[in-house]
Amino acid sequence: MSKKVLTTPIKVEDLKDIKIGDVIYLTGHIVTCRDVAHRRLIEYGRSLPVDIAGGAIFHAGPIVRKIEGTKDKYEMISIGPTTSMRMEKFEKEFIKQTGVKLIVGKGGMGQGTMDACKEEKALHCVFPAGCAVVAATQVEEIERQEWMDLGMPETLWVCRVKEFGPLIVSIDTHGDNLFEKNKIVFNQKKDAAITEISKHVSFIK
Amino acid sequence: MSQEKQVQSMIDVMSKFIALFAKKLPDDVEKKLEELSKHETSPLAKSVYETMFLNQKLAMELNRPCCQDTGVLQFFVKAGENFPYLGKIEHILTQAVIDATVNAPLRHNSVETFDEYNTGRNVGTGTPTIFWEIVPDQDDIQIDGYMAGGGCSLPGKAMVLMPGAGYEGVTQFVLDVMTSYGLNACPPLLVGVGIATSVETAALLSKKALMRPLGTHNTNERAAAMEKLLEDGINSIGLGPQGISGNASVMGVHIENTARHPSTIGVAVSTGCWSHRRGHIRFDKDLNYTITSHSGVSL
Repeated sequence: MSKKVLTTPIKVEDLKDIKIGDVIYLTGHIVTCRDVAHRRLIEYGRSLPVDIAGGAIFHAGPIVRKIEGTKDKYEMISIGPTTSMRMEKFEKEFIKQTGVKLIVGKGGMGQGTMDACKEEKALHCVFPAGCAVVAATQVEEIERQEWMDLGMPETLWVCRVKEFGPLIVSIDTHGDNLFEKNKIVFNQKKDAAITEISKHVSFIK
Repeated sequence: MSQEKQVQSMIDVMSKFIALFAKKLPDDVEKKLEELSKHETSPLAKSVYETMFLNQKLAMELNRPCCQDTGVLQFFVKAGENFPYLGKIEHILTQAVIDATVNAPLRHNSVETFDEYNTGRNVGTGTPTIFWEIVPDQDDIQIDGYMAGGGCSLPGKAMVLMPGAGYEGVTQFVLDVMTSYGLNACPPLLVGVGIATSVETAALLSKKALMRPLGTHNTNERAAAMEKLLEDGINSIGLGPQGISGNASVMGVHIENTARHPSTIGVAVSTGCWSHRRGHIRFDKDLNYTITSHSGVSL
C-alpha cells in the first residue's frame, strides 16, 4: 500500500476518502498550538499570529534549543503530542474560526470536535505519543515562532515538515470517532472484568 | 576533598543521571515493552510499537530526551541517618535539575501557580518534589528519580471509600480510571494503587508503587493476588498501545498499602506511561555511586 501523504494547504477533497484507523503523513507546515493559544483565540478573541486556514496544528509542547550564533533561530530537539482532550472545550469554535484542516494530538476528542470535523471538513489524528525524537527528526526547520511570552511549551512553533507521521486518523470528516467506538467496547470489557475480580477480593467479611 | 567540592561532584552526577533517564528507559521497562509488543497481532498496534522502539533508538543516537515532556522532577529519597550530606540533598537535587535543564536539555515545566509564569529553569516553589524516608543505622542514600509528565499525571485520582464498598469498590475505582483518563495516558501503563486511610496517604503510596521495579510483587499474599487480578482484568479491556486497542493494556499493576482507619478505605491511582522514565541510583558515604535501574551505562 502506498503512503498516503497530505500536503498543506489541505483541500476539502483531499480528506473525503480518509477514514478512522487510516494511517497518513503530512508534508508542509504544522504549527504547535495548545492550551493557552486556544484560550486566547476563543475566550479573549485575540487572532492567531499565524494563518492556519487549510493548515495543520499540533497539540504539542516541544523541547527546542536556540541555534548558536543566530538571533532567533531554534532547533527542534524533541516534540510529541500532548493530551488533545484538554483542548476539547475550545476546538469546535477553533476549527470554525481558523479553517484548520488537520489537528494532530494524543488520545481522543469529543462531540464538539466531531461536529466541527464533519461540518467544516477536518481531521483529528494521533501521532504515537512519547515518540518525540521520531517527530523531531521529521521537522526540517522551525521557520518562525510566535507568542513566545507563553514559554517554551506553549509558544506557537511554525514547523516545516516532511512526511510527518505516522498519523492515525481518530476523527474523520464523516462523523466517525475511533476512540469513542473503542470506548464502547472497552467499557463492556471493563464491566466484565470488575465482575470477575470482585469474586476474588471479598477480604472484608 | 572539601565538602563544597563533594557537593558539586554529587550535583554533576545527578545532573548527568537525570539526562540519562530522560533518554533511556530502565531495563525492566524496555524488557516488558519488548514482551508486550510480541503479543500484539493487529498491524496498527504492531506499527505503533515499531515507532516506539525506533524512537528509543533515535533518542540514544541523537542524545536527546526520548519524550518531549520531561515532566516535573520528583525524587523519592531513602537516606541513611548517617549519610554525611543529608542537609545538602535538597540543594543538590535542585541544582542538578537546573543543570540538566540546560544540558539534557529538558523542557521548561515549572509554572508558578497564581502568578502563572514559567520559571524557565524547571525549578520553582516546591519543585523538584522530594519525598523523604530516613533509614536508621545506615550511611548511604538511595534515590529514585522520576519525570512526572502531564499526560501520565492527569489520570491521578484519590478518594476515600466507606468500608462497605470493600475491595470490590477499590476494583471499580481503579478500572474506571483506566477507561476514562487512562486511555489517553500513553498505554501500556504502569498502574500504581495506594490503599490507606485518607487521600494523601493513599496518593503517596500509589506514586511510590510506580518506583518499584516491574516484576516485583507486594509482600502481602492477598495484595499480590489482587495485583495479578487487576493486571489481568485491565489487560482484558485491551487498550493496546496508545489506547488504539490491542491485546494488552498495562506493563503491570503495583499495590502499596498501610493499615487503615476502621471507618475508611483511602484509595488512589497513579499511572506511569509507557515511556516510564525512572532511574534508581545509590551513593555511599564517600559518594561512590551505583546505578541499578539501567545496565551498561556510564555517566
